[in-house]
Amino acid sequence: MTVPRMRFTFWKAVFLVIMVAGIYSSYIRFFHGLGASTNLSDQFPWGLWIGFDVMCGVMLAAGGFTLTAAVEIFNIKRFHSIVRPTILTAFLGYLLVCAALMYDLGLPWNIWHPLVMRNPHSVMFEVAYCVMLYTTVLALEFSPIVLEHFHLHKALKIIRSVMVVFVILGVLLSTLHQSSLGTLYLIMPNKLHPFWYSPLLPVFFFLSAISVGLAMTIFESSMSSKYFGRELELPILQDLGRVLVVVLALYGILKFEDFYHRGILNLVFKSSYEQRFFLLEILLSVLIPLGMLLVPKIRESAQGLYLAAVLCLLGFVTNRLNVAITGVETAVGGRYAPKWTEVVITAMFVALGFAIFGLAAKYLPIFPEEKGHIPALRSSEAVASEMAVPVHAGD
Amino acid sequence: MSKGILYDATKCIGCRQCEQACATENGLPYDDKIAAQEFTSAHKYTAILTKDDKFMRRLCMNCDDPACASVCPVGAMKKTALGPVTYDKSKCMGCRYCMAACPFSVPKYEWEKAVPGVRKCIMCSKRVAEGKQTACAEICPTGATKFGDRDALLEEAKKRVHDNPNTYLHHIFGEEEVGGTSVMLLSSVPFHLFGYPTNLTDRALPMYTYQVLSRIPDFVPLFGTMLGGIYWITHRRQDVAEAEAKEKEAKGGAR
Repeated sequence: MTVPRMRFTFWKAVFLVIMVAGIYSSYIRFFHGLGASTNLSDQFPWGLWIGFDVMCGVMLAAGGFTLTAAVEIFNIKRFHSIVRPTILTAFLGYLLVCAALMYDLGLPWNIWHPLVMRNPHSVMFEVAYCVMLYTTVLALEFSPIVLEHFHLHKALKIIRSVMVVFVILGVLLSTLHQSSLGTLYLIMPNKLHPFWYSPLLPVFFFLSAISVGLAMTIFESSMSSKYFGRELELPILQDLGRVLVVVLALYGILKFEDFYHRGILNLVFKSSYEQRFFLLEILLSVLIPLGMLLVPKIRESAQGLYLAAVLCLLGFVTNRLNVAITGVETAVGGRYAPKWTEVVITAMFVALGFAIFGLAAKYLPIFPEEKGHIPALRSSEAVASEMAVPVHAGD
Repeated sequence: MSKGILYDATKCIGCRQCEQACATENGLPYDDKIAAQEFTSAHKYTAILTKDDKFMRRLCMNCDDPACASVCPVGAMKKTALGPVTYDKSKCMGCRYCMAACPFSVPKYEWEKAVPGVRKCIMCSKRVAEGKQTACAEICPTGATKFGDRDALLEEAKKRVHDNPNTYLHHIFGEEEVGGTSVMLLSSVPFHLFGYPTNLTDRALPMYTYQVLSRIPDFVPLFGTMLGGIYWITHRRQDVAEAEAKEKEAKGGAR
């Protein structure tokens, strides 16, 4: 009993330190400008905040649309119990992306401008609209969890009756902006290194978002079972692992075909700065996880799945950072490494993500009732009375 | 009629009067220290570069189909009919996509300011609208920087290269690059020596993103219908099962 308690205090302390440093860094950012708080320059107008907070943030939140599509649209019922945590992650993720964007924008108080000043030829404009609308959709998809908690059954009924529209809209918007984050870079054929510049960038971004959505769900469920003492839904995660194998294989084959047709396969074997980052990315994101998950023993074990998922996540994070930073370094003639304040603020958003997830999981009905596991806390009477209310409401 | 600038490096004597005139026109500071900076920045829209006894000018190319204007989500960057690519800070939200997208890395940022904006040469858009020359062309004592109709300048550039094939590189930088630019350059030494990119396509860059973006309006109803259709099909069995259960219940209730 004492060991988990110790760990809890340790993470609390870490969280506190990050928050204090984050608030101080925020002060530097907003009172002294981007120059004082970042290593951004005219050569590197985009750095860690765009590369990680926005590009990776949106990608890591992809579990929301991947799982809702599987459960609500494809009607794969056995994934039902893990949809809620993924919606929570997605909703949190997008809120944090929007918050991080406020740090990166030079004039954040003008963030509403795309609403009235429209340039439909801009990919950024499209991404802005999709992210805005999808965050709204996520709020609606998340709302039943809150409504349930406060026993607002009438509102719940109304929301549920139109939910399918929002689900379809959510999947559509996600497909659009997950791929469009890749389209952003299509306008830089002479700046982005051929490892990452491809006419198929939007397709790669979409497929990797789905991979990350699945990997993130495995990661999240494993973490929840570890820290919230929940039973691990191993059979479900094994199924997710299988789907991940297929998506990763598709991604890998497409990557190979793309390199082959653009005639750059030889670059993979030629030593260069970019080559090292590319190899790191492709090994972590595709080759190692795929190799692991193809072995039944690893795919069926909780630890094996968890490790493969984490590597896959790290690999695709590397991919996004390569597109945003490594891939343009040679063209602009310089190297970029983030300033400590940039790192601290990114760490602050990650820490906030974990903390809010933990709080929501504690106070909101995120996880389904486990049969025969926690009935001591929630009596069958309470459950029964909850079940009874809609019947009365329908009278 | 679209206007343009022709810079002929072989005629340039490196007097930097264009830099001075540009600073005055745009209300930018200018002194010996700034004059010595051979690169453009948020407070220096044009720069004369020297390499041995050769000169080259850097300034915004004012592309015919500019990447910066195409990527700007709020339309703060605009290509005007007269040629200049202008910037409106009151619209800008500071995403800096223009800086990332520019093939020449022209737009610069006021990193040190708490209320920053993008800064770049706007080809003296006000003067040009009034029918005047750009400040740099007006002051140039040797005619190295020449202002005029882009078509006429291009003809003249071609004639200069044709008449002096041994002096000039057979390349008018800006004639074809990224679909053509309002500013064109002539030189006797390769442009990459002065940091100009050499791997540029002749295609207008906005086409690369537009060919994807333009398909979205068609994609939305198709994909939406597909998702709705899959939902309809996969939930059919469930609906049937529920209906049957209800029927049974109704019968049970009647009994």
